[in-house]
Amino acid sequence: MVIYGVALLSFCMLAGMFVGDLIGLALGVDANVGGVGVAMLLLLVLSNMSSRGLKPGPITQTGIGFWSAMYIPIVVAMAARQNVLAALSSGSMAIVAGIAAVVASFALIPFLARFGQAQGETRDS
Amino acid sequence: MILDSLTRVLSANALITAFVFVGLLVWFSYWISKTLTRGHVHGSAIAIALGLVCAWVGGLATGGSRGLADIPILVGVGTMGGAMFRDFAIVATAFGADLNTLKKAGAVGAMSIVIGVLLSFVVGAVVAVAFGYTDPVTVTTIGAGAATYIVGPVTGTALGAGSDVIALSVAAGLTKSVLVMVGTPFVAPAIGLNNPHAAMIYGGLMGTTSGVAGGLAATDPKLVPYGAMTATFYTGIGCLLAPSLLFFLVRAVL
Repeated sequence: MVIYGVALLSFCMLAGMFVGDLIGLALGVDANVGGVGVAMLLLLVLSNMSSRGLKPGPITQTGIGFWSAMYIPIVVAMAARQNVLAALSSGSMAIVAGIAAVVASFALIPFLARFGQAQGETRDS
Repeated sequence: MILDSLTRVLSANALITAFVFVGLLVWFSYWISKTLTRGHVHGSAIAIALGLVCAWVGGLATGGSRGLADIPILVGVGTMGGAMFRDFAIVATAFGADLNTLKKAGAVGAMSIVIGVLLSFVVGAVVAVAFGYTDPVTVTTIGAGAATYIVGPVTGTALGAGSDVIALSVAAGLTKSVLVMVGTPFVAPAIGLNNPHAAMIYGGLMGTTSGVAGGLAATDPKLVPYGAMTATFYTGIGCLLAPSLLFFLVRAVL
């Protein structure tokens, strides 16, 4: 049943958000720490328990697949509701700070990626 | 009369109206991608860029802060693109992701979050100092805003910064988020962003969930779960570090 997939996905999201909120409380910060990440891991684990006969059937999977496929349209809607005007009209300092942060972060990706992969290879061999 | 009735139907079914609107926008974007750029610029990248343009127009037309969603008949776009549906769809993308890749890149992914927060914070703080700000609270708040537009206000509020400074920090974070959305597909080849491993590091370094979500969607949708996984921890770590450790460091330096 399609609703089984949707319900499983919803359950994972709520459970992850709950855990994220608790982590935030434990750390004393007013934010959800990694709730979505925990939810993703939970969904991965639950949907990979095929050995215990719990593998979701193909129709159940469409209940999750639909929302996965809706991802890009939802991101487009998300882009359309950003406060772009405020970002562009706030004066040069904020814009320079934002741009500089992005450029620096982009520049660091190749170095970190190489480091991580080299480490992974030595561990494998 | 007919127009009134149409407006009524569109507003009463706001989310459904948003589905039609976004569907048309995506269709138009893919048409541009195919005919005007011959497929060189991906349709989803154009759709996201057009979404941002729409948001700008919406802001100009209404003076509100939620882009297109402040236009009465397009309120549903706000719901569809809000945090609830965004996170729901991001979680759904995890279905089919490779657990082993996640495990393998787990350590460097986690490290990239901390490095990402520190890097953006330092860069933002240095820019603030370069523009003549010397008050530690202000510099910290703007540095935090360069991390994400959520870390900025959370930090500013915790440290007692003024609302004008908090607004600046939000603007820095918004600029970052918009730039990551638009820029990622263009720099992806140069920085080797074409595999799950690099995507996890990218998510951890950038940290802005909306920026990463949009940027990866426009680059390669298969990479989305990996980048989103690390990005979702970033804001929390930023809210943890900026008002505490990083603030003390700034106060010690200035």
